[in-house]
Amino acid sequence: MWEYTDKVREHFINPRNVGRMDDADAVGEVGSMACGDALKLYLKLDDNEKIVDAKFQTFGCASAIASSSALTEMIIGKTLQEAEQITNEHIADYLGGLPKEKMHCSVLGRDALEKAISCYRGEPEKKVDGQVVCECFGVTDRQIERAVRENHLTSIEDVTDYVKAGGGCGNCHDAIQDIINQVLGNAPKVKKPSNKLTNIQKIRMIEDALEREVRPELRKDGGDIELVDVDGDKVLVKMRGRCASCAASQVTLEHYVESKLRELVPPELFVEEVPS
Amino acid sequence: MKPIYLDNNATTRTAPEVVEAMTPYFSDHYGNPSSMHSFGGDVGRHIRDARAKLADLLGARPEEIVYNSCGTESDNTAIRAALAANPDRRHVVTSRVEHPAVKSLCEHLVKEGYRVTFVPVDRKGRLDLDHLYDHLTDDTAVVSLMWANNETGVIFPVEEIARETKDRGIVFHTDAVQTVGKIPIDLSNSAIDMLSLSGHKLHGPKGVGALYIRKGTKFSPFLIGGHQESGRRGGTENTAAIVGLGRAAEFVAAHMEEENTRVKSLRDRLESELIRRVPDAVVNGDTDNRLPNTSNIAFEYIEGEAILLMMDGHGICASSGSACTSGSLEPSHVLRSMGVPYTAAHGSIRFSLSIYNTEEEIDFVIDKLPPIIERLRQMSPFWKGACQAQTTA
Repeated sequence: MWEYTDKVREHFINPRNVGRMDDADAVGEVGSMACGDALKLYLKLDDNEKIVDAKFQTFGCASAIASSSALTEMIIGKTLQEAEQITNEHIADYLGGLPKEKMHCSVLGRDALEKAISCYRGEPEKKVDGQVVCECFGVTDRQIERAVRENHLTSIEDVTDYVKAGGGCGNCHDAIQDIINQVLGNAPKVKKPSNKLTNIQKIRMIEDALEREVRPELRKDGGDIELVDVDGDKVLVKMRGRCASCAASQVTLEHYVESKLRELVPPELFVEEVPS
Repeated sequence: MKPIYLDNNATTRTAPEVVEAMTPYFSDHYGNPSSMHSFGGDVGRHIRDARAKLADLLGARPEEIVYNSCGTESDNTAIRAALAANPDRRHVVTSRVEHPAVKSLCEHLVKEGYRVTFVPVDRKGRLDLDHLYDHLTDDTAVVSLMWANNETGVIFPVEEIARETKDRGIVFHTDAVQTVGKIPIDLSNSAIDMLSLSGHKLHGPKGVGALYIRKGTKFSPFLIGGHQESGRRGGTENTAAIVGLGRAAEFVAAHMEEENTRVKSLRDRLESELIRRVPDAVVNGDTDNRLPNTSNIAFEYIEGEAILLMMDGHGICASSGSACTSGSLEPSHVLRSMGVPYTAAHGSIRFSLSIYNTEEEIDFVIDKLPPIIERLRQMSPFWKGACQAQTTA
């Protein structure tokens, strides 16, 4: 029998916001019956992109239903931009924790939310994000990589608990181990950020994130970025190369650079450009 | 809240008569049956009595019974012994729906270099006998098949298969853990070479099992140690549990008719009423050849763990073949081998009754379960589609 927290049990027995929404502004559907859990999330937004209502339908176990219910409670009243910051760990924490083997239920919630938001923004349906590694559950290398990075996973078992990969026939275990090694090897442990970071630590982490994640993307378009200074939570950067003259660089800065840094370094960060 | 216990294929209530028979062996008759003094030696006599009672239940001779710790030990011992007795044969035949005690061992044997044939079953869980017989060769050392399936209750024709394998000089073992005590067994009239059973599945205690080894069957022990069990299983006897198992054998023999009449009709009523009241519910398994106490029902479009947890709120105990209940991510290998679709496998619930169940309890479940199914389906994104399919059909 699973050790569920009282909050998980409570959300399972009395789930909030269950049902369909016929006039939803955004819908995110993830999972499948074959996988054993599925979630359909409906969002209603006001003119300021604030989530004024959310509903869900879930096929799955108690923790999947509880995670869905918790998610709707967490996002109602938030703007899309705020809701976007929610990670699977936030959902699990909100419920007072989930058994390790059930963490994939919280990932399901996060994925549905992400899908609903891209649906609203009219972003094209990403076909398959990466190469499928786990055939049994249709999990790609990118998904595994992300789960490993964000949740600091270190074993195949962990990966199975979070994204199900490797939980079927087991043929992909070597491939999963390779991904873990790669992420752990490449990423000198990006420790869970806390406010107690010294400025030096913060600068190192930002440099590291820029080098690994941001620059390779910008360079594809002939651009680059330079870290000028870090002042508290303010990150001062200079755009280089084509980015310096590109009219869309402000958008890149806000939507890409800032969100990447918030993901990898403390979430309070904001980025400002220093004019060349 | 007194539980409504419908999970007797997982384990059974130790009968109060059994507990009563066991108690003195902890406090008073604690001697070692191997001892030379009569304080210990007397215990040995009671073990002989218990052995005779268990042999009676099976239609076996007392010396054909070897006590051990559990069903899993019996299964491992039997298959290993058959392989050791026929070192030049490297092939094992079993089915795709075995209990992990046999399934995992056979998968392990593959790694050790043995060839294993996993015989498939059909949609109702019936064994593909042609496939089985086609794959028996001169290299086959042992055929190991469960007598009745723990999840669906489907009974395999093991006595017929045992006659066939005997003619070919192949050892036949059956995992009868779910069968002993539920349907009559007479080994004096069968060709079965080895049979596994477990105490706690027949109202005996946990921690004791037994392996029947037909006289004349080549055997080598699994646990090597003292001379206990005529050198066939080392280790000081679990005296209280062995006495308890003997008492349990008497107990189930006395209730065998009730199991196959009253308990069976309670099971049938539970099943037919649930199917009648709940749309898109189907019985898994061959209802013509089934244990009298077991019913496996798939409630489509919802997930089993959620059903179990809601039933738990009413004190109703059952099991599920869903992935979420096991901690693995795949639903039951038994249901998947039967080709039960995922829509149904994840939402399958096993009810397994015993003589302790009453009509009131069954009525209670019939009353409480349909609203639970309805409630979970209202939450399910797949459910509306099913309704539409029904109304347009």
